[in-house]
Amino acid sequence: MPFALSDHHRIKREEFRQFADLEMDTGDHFPRDNLQKAAQRGYYGLPIPKEYGGQGEDFLTYILFVEEISRICASTGVIMAVHTSVGTFPLLYFGTEQQKTRYIPGLAGGEFLGAFALTEAGAGSDAAALSTTAVAVDGGYLLNGCKLFITSGGEADVYTVFATADRSLGRKGISAFLVEKGMAGLTAGNPEKKMGLNRSHTTELRMEDLFIPASNRLGEEGTGFTIAMSLLDGGRIGIAAQGLGLAQASLDYTIAHFKDLEAKGYKAEQSTCFILADLAARLEAARLLVYRAAALKEMGISCLKEASMAKMFVTDLAVSAASRCIDLCGRPAAASDNPLTRYLCDAKATQIYEGSNQVQRILIAREILK
Amino acid sequence: MNFVLTEEQEMTRKMVRDFAEKELKPGAEERDDREEFSRDIFDKMGRLGLTGIPWPEEYGGGGSDYLSYVIAVEELSRVDASSGTTLAAHISLAGWPLYKYGTEDQKKKFLEPMALGEKLGAYALTEATAGTDAASLRTTAVLDGDSYVLNGNKIFITNGGDAEITIVFAVTDKEKKAKGISAFIVEKDSPGFAFGKKERKMGLRSSPTLELIFDNCRVPKENLLGQEGEGFKIAMSTLDGGRNGIAAQAVGIAQGAMEEAANYAKSREQFGQPIANFQAISFMLADMGTKIEASRLLTYQAAYLESAGLPYGKASAMAKLFASETAMEVTTNAVQIFGGYGYTRDYPVERFMRDAKITQIYEGTSEVQRLVISRYLLS
Repeated sequence: MPFALSDHHRIKREEFRQFADLEMDTGDHFPRDNLQKAAQRGYYGLPIPKEYGGQGEDFLTYILFVEEISRICASTGVIMAVHTSVGTFPLLYFGTEQQKTRYIPGLAGGEFLGAFALTEAGAGSDAAALSTTAVAVDGGYLLNGCKLFITSGGEADVYTVFATADRSLGRKGISAFLVEKGMAGLTAGNPEKKMGLNRSHTTELRMEDLFIPASNRLGEEGTGFTIAMSLLDGGRIGIAAQGLGLAQASLDYTIAHFKDLEAKGYKAEQSTCFILADLAARLEAARLLVYRAAALKEMGISCLKEASMAKMFVTDLAVSAASRCIDLCGRPAAASDNPLTRYLCDAKATQIYEGSNQVQRILIAREILK
Repeated sequence: MNFVLTEEQEMTRKMVRDFAEKELKPGAEERDDREEFSRDIFDKMGRLGLTGIPWPEEYGGGGSDYLSYVIAVEELSRVDASSGTTLAAHISLAGWPLYKYGTEDQKKKFLEPMALGEKLGAYALTEATAGTDAASLRTTAVLDGDSYVLNGNKIFITNGGDAEITIVFAVTDKEKKAKGISAFIVEKDSPGFAFGKKERKMGLRSSPTLELIFDNCRVPKENLLGQEGEGFKIAMSTLDGGRNGIAAQAVGIAQGAMEEAANYAKSREQFGQPIANFQAISFMLADMGTKIEASRLLTYQAAYLESAGLPYGKASAMAKLFASETAMEVTTNAVQIFGGYGYTRDYPVERFMRDAKITQIYEGTSEVQRLVISRYLLS
């Protein structure tokens, strides 16, 4: 079934949908209950091999999970996407056997939450410009610097942190380190006040003479930037799945709204129907882009262009879908407690993180112009 | 769901691409300029086995599937959209209803020579006063002895004038409205069947679009396709699959235009560097590439669903809507990237833009697709 979901994927999707609809909560607080329930069902380790305590599912199944939960709570969606795509995969791909056995069963089993610390105040899209330092000392490294906009900062148990031995070396000076919550010298700041994704904590992560044993360096010295870049395709597909869930939520809400009105004798105008039709067609297109990128990744085929296309197209759609649906549903939809405004505010972040959509366009154009 | 094409589908793509580059590209501009249909090209498609791709071998077909068929239309249209529409009308609009609703005798007599490329097919539904509102057609068919007598005019008929076999829709029982419409297989040399005005069009100029005139045209009784009164159902279900063909055509047009624009952007220098270096240009290309990829996936999905015998009406409408809107946007921006040169006939992008426009109109306008989709959403 090359162009349709397999029975297994359909069954898993239904399971995730039930979980999201029946088990998950919404609100303002950190979604601890959602995460705990996800952990109990093994969802922390969906695409992680069983030998490391995961579920051994394929990448697309994980993507279906992020999509379905993001319909209900996009904050939980981003936490799980970060935990898996950039919190657990780096260990799976680059960890030593010792590192894998030490951390992955906890991450996959739901005892540990994973996070990823690359961005700094002076290193956003230009990630290689980071200035957090890692100085070699006896038995390990001393890390100093400050990371910014770290998803699950303060909540996560394991961080993959990027630091440079020597800024003059550029990309080749960067290494990756596994940093555990509670290590001396590690402090998370207060959660940023954001326009959306309010349940997901986004913090500074300060490192002051933070000692990291040599056994916690991930990969070889100087390979940090390569590691970070190799995670981007998976990360982007994860965020694209979050965008899918958000766009679907906006459309579902609006369709239900007009079906309600129709039951009361009001028929949706043609202009309304046409906007919904356009959004639905674009959403279907978006979904295919995301699933295709996920399928390529699963098959081990390079999917940088496809992942960028999916991320850009879906997340742009998530924002415009929420905005158009607010237009259609009228004034009550613009109230701050209406889900559509939450979808809009949540969706905005998806256009920015894991490579802004402008960065995606640079990457896609580069491929087209090759 | 791995989106992997079969070896056969990949081979179809390669074969049609080679054919399009060698046989279509050199004369595409000239044929467009002269508004000239080339039967020779159709004959060559027949020899390559393109004219019957999705039909079983027992009817002279290639025994392949609808996905191979849309790939062929896409590849033809990437170079010459007029040739794409010739094949799409031949297979989706004329071949499909014969294959789906024809009797064994009808398939042998009409579908087989079409599949072999010996005969060209057409589909005649539209009339001057029955466009989107297709059920309001006025052409009549009255049973008289062993034949039906057809009277009325059809317009905008693709492959008209050249097609040996035309599926014609006419009213057999006015009282029953849509359920009083029937479908007929009409051969080119039928008495009382004549051709009227050949349209002069903005695009697809080497695909003939003609008026068909039925003046007491006698059609043998056994040329009734399906049952009496089934015509509207046949017409509408034909269009569902036809939309996949038009979506594929739109994907091909957009792909061709983007490739031209990307190559031009790399070679055209302004301010001392290739214009591809400017994000104003490169971001346009990124958006083009993404929307084309999305269009292609929608189109392949719809064709796949049809091949697999699964419901595909909604998927086809979405593919046709999204792909044709994308083709218009992409070709317009391709002209923009070429600047003043793009507006001249020295480069093919203006032809792509002219060709793209009809994909938003025929086989159900974009507005009709939106209606169809919104019914699925709100029902």
